[in-house]
Amino acid sequence: MREIVVLSGKGGTGKTSFSAALANLAEGKVLADADVDAANLHLVLRPRVSEAYPFYGLPVAYIDRDRCGQCGQCAEFCRFQAIADFSVRQEKCEGCGVCAHICPGGAIERRPRQVGEVYISTTVAGPMVHAALVAGAENSGKLVAEVRRRARAMARAENLSLIITDGPPGIGCPVLSCLPDCDLAVLVAEPSAAGVHDLQRLLQVLQHFRVPAAVVINKWDIAVQRTREIEQLCAGRQVPLLGRIPFDSTVFRCLQQGQCYLNVPAAPASRATRQVWQALQQLL
Amino acid sequence: MGESLTVAVASGKGGTGKTSLATSLARVASAQYERVAYLDCDVEEPNGHIFLPATLERKEIIHVEVPEIDQEKCDYCGYCAQICAFNALAILPGAPLVFANLCHSCAGCWTLCPQKAIRVGKRGIGVVETGHLGHMEFWQGRLDPGVATSPPLIDALQKRGLGPGINILDAPPGTSCPVVRTVERADFVLLVTEPTPFGRHDLELAAAMVRQMGLPAGVVINRSSGDDGIIEDFCRQSGLPLLGRLPWERRVAEGYAAGLCAVEVMPRWRPLFLDWLQRIREIVAGRGGEGSAGNCGAER
Ligand code: SF4
Ligand code: SF4
Ligand code: SF4
Ligand code: SF4
Repeated sequence: MREIVVLSGKGGTGKTSFSAALANLAEGKVLADADVDAANLHLVLRPRVSEAYPFYGLPVAYIDRDRCGQCGQCAEFCRFQAIADFSVRQEKCEGCGVCAHICPGGAIERRPRQVGEVYISTTVAGPMVHAALVAGAENSGKLVAEVRRRARAMARAENLSLIITDGPPGIGCPVLSCLPDCDLAVLVAEPSAAGVHDLQRLLQVLQHFRVPAAVVINKWDIAVQRTREIEQLCAGRQVPLLGRIPFDSTVFRCLQQGQCYLNVPAAPASRATRQVWQALQQLL
Repeated sequence: MGESLTVAVASGKGGTGKTSLATSLARVASAQYERVAYLDCDVEEPNGHIFLPATLERKEIIHVEVPEIDQEKCDYCGYCAQICAFNALAILPGAPLVFANLCHSCAGCWTLCPQKAIRVGKRGIGVVETGHLGHMEFWQGRLDPGVATSPPLIDALQKRGLGPGINILDAPPGTSCPVVRTVERADFVLLVTEPTPFGRHDLELAAAMVRQMGLPAGVVINRSSGDDGIIEDFCRQSGLPLLGRLPWERRVAEGYAAGLCAVEVMPRWRPLFLDWLQRIREIVAGRGGEGSAGNCGAER
């Protein structure tokens, strides 16, 4: 079983459109949307949810009003201003438990808080695992790990040999959760000053964790000079270049209708993406 | 008027043109208002300096509190390690260990240690830098690599940078806790989106967040193609005011790649930004009076 994770140093590079295109090109695979903070792949792949599982984050404090003597010590000691009027504002609680240890009446306990859901779905492009996280919830890294775990279990159960994961943007904790046991990170790079910088940082992270990487440059003709810069960067670090996808208003138009741009086979972006897929298969 | 207005520019996700718009807003405002400060609160990946190349004049290291165990007083009872919810402490016989990068500075261990053996120490997590671009104040935070929690740095940045006049906060992407922390101090949240199903979906998440926080908000559509029905519908349904739109322009995308914000490429858009600022002031002012400006305001 192989897993490709699609990453980008930052959001807005076209990572999700590209992941959806890969999902349509590859055969016999499981799809995973690991961009759990703002999952978007479902907007193109239109999954039908068949199973849903609750996801629990770190425990947060609860105050039992019947046992609370209203002494106010919990609010005084809470470093995160999460307690007001003898009740806990869950979205501010870090779950440190200091209040529970301090409360003289034993009125506080910590309980896990449901902060999201994991879904197993069917799509026209194959089975898919995705998730939703409530706004402001922490620990999306753990939810990413959960999505990937279920995707693997599904690949095993259905005897599918490939997992295509749409990863989170950036290089933070959710991205790190995508790296263990990942076979290849496909980086969607954007030719801009910020894009080159983001790519550099991401490549450093991948090198550090010894995850093989390959790069595709999206909207390469927007800034030809930057595209060259990215190509040189890749050559210097011996990172294979899978190809370049030109700026193509078809992509945006299809996206507006919630369609994959491969549905317009003659569009320049579609042609380029099929070539990228050819190159990508060589690396698998 | 000596009043102050703090506008957070946020988007459900990266890549909507949020930073280009926030920096444009700061540029336009600074030509019109006396004190304008731009604060790049995306401390994990600050990018505002690309569009606002300010000369940085000052830099301050920001610390958080972490425990320091006094081995003279510690009797290795292990209580601190047992109560630390983040596994930042381990007590081996004769060797208390502190993993400062896991510590959330909750104060539990030094408050509760029976021997009073824990002192409050400091750990640097990043820097706050400031400078000027013309007379605009520029502020940014940069988190040190490997530091897991950005909210304390965002707090420190805002405590230093927020002042009278207009403050523009460039929020991190997403709706997770650094964003919540960034917009908390704002008078108004400007949500930037683009007219696609992705844009709408991310906007729905961001709108849910500001509603939950009881903050007034409005929407600006970036890269409008003329047909923005998908976003207009949402604004109508949710009661969020649509402040305006910026048309899609290839030149703006090219300018972005070269480190120019939208208004530098399209100076004729300046009146749009000024108009939004004016509307925002009116909405915020109206809210202070009787009733609210309509949509949010619940659950405070
Ligand atoms: S510390 Fe316990 S008893 Fe005191 S106010 Fe808090 S919950 Fe109530
Ligand atoms: S668990 Fe910690 S953060 Fe939550 S309310 Fe108690 S003291 Fe505050
Ligand atoms: S609680 Fe205090 S005395 Fe006990 S191990 Fe920790 S530092 Fe030492
Ligand atoms: S301050 Fe809180 S998080 Fe930090 S080590 Fe002490 S108990 Fe753990």
